[in-house]
Amino acid sequence: MWQALYEELGASGFVPVTVALDKSADDARPFIEKARPTHPSLIDTEHRVAHLYGMINVPTVVFIDEAGRIARPNAMEYGTDMFKQFHGRESAPFLAAVRAWARSGVSDVPPDRVAKQGVPPTADEELARAEFALAWLLHQRGSVAAAERHFVRAGELSPNDWTIRRGSMPIRGKNPMGPEFFELFREWEANGKPSYETLAAQRNR
Amino acid sequence: MAEVPFTILDEGRASEVAAHLAGERVRLSAGSLERALGWELKPQGLCRGEVCIPAAGRPGLVEAGAVDLAAFAELLERPVALDLEERAASVGASARERASVLRGGIAPDFTLPDLAGREWTLSGLRGKKILLVAYASW
Repeated sequence: MWQALYEELGASGFVPVTVALDKSADDARPFIEKARPTHPSLIDTEHRVAHLYGMINVPTVVFIDEAGRIARPNAMEYGTDMFKQFHGRESAPFLAAVRAWARSGVSDVPPDRVAKQGVPPTADEELARAEFALAWLLHQRGSVAAAERHFVRAGELSPNDWTIRRGSMPIRGKNPMGPEFFELFREWEANGKPSYETLAAQRNR
Repeated sequence: MAEVPFTILDEGRASEVAAHLAGERVRLSAGSLERALGWELKPQGLCRGEVCIPAAGRPGLVEAGAVDLAAFAELLERPVALDLEERAASVGASARERASVLRGGIAPDFTLPDLAGREWTLSGLRGKKILLVAYASW
């Protein structure tokens, strides 16, 4: 639906940039070929964008304005109500916010709140990202056992980061819709369903 | 002292350099440090661009012209993931610096390929309102 938004709003200087946090272009290819995007649709096998933006799950959406500033911080947004029963997020307010921003440049998050709603990372979360990068390097060079140790360590250091804990599952030959995921989901529920909003509120007191 | 090939990741960017390994310690020559991590060892200390951090008074940081990787990272408050057996280390971002960038509200720049292999840089789209969407097959 990002392509549809682009076709609707592109004349206002609006452009989606989609980034697949997948281990290979092949994993992202079915989604991209189905969408037939004319906007940039990128492959991020090393999770660079996740690391730079402090993303902890997908789909994460950020508004970036014409001056390269964040106009709306990380949020889980789906753009469709197709799976609403699982994630509980309404797409209508989000889509209204996208349209209003594209047309008027006014975000539904005022500038003084953008910083307050960002989640400052902990030292362990940044170490987890360094461990993930090391694990990926080792995996690519064929050191699977060593890679596994560092993927596990990364997950221990950053339990809220699904880009690490779930995102590493396909790399490690685990099913991201299987038992390990159910366990991750139950743990997340038991921890009070941490989100960008709750973590920002806790850390920006 | 053994000098071995070693892979250093600097926030994901990989370099192959020669490192001195002694027990758990990894030490890099000035040349290796500069190539892998972009910091130069000068008389006034460790320097990058306009910034210099004095090395004197920091025990264990510099010995015989080589820089201890762990001490270097600690100096910059950056995390290190290390695998001595695999001869690889990943130096990550300082949490404090990341938090500061976040508070400053500037969207971090990046360059990534599309399916056709064409490289796109975020800042190349300056002047547009960008909806950045991270997604995955998982």
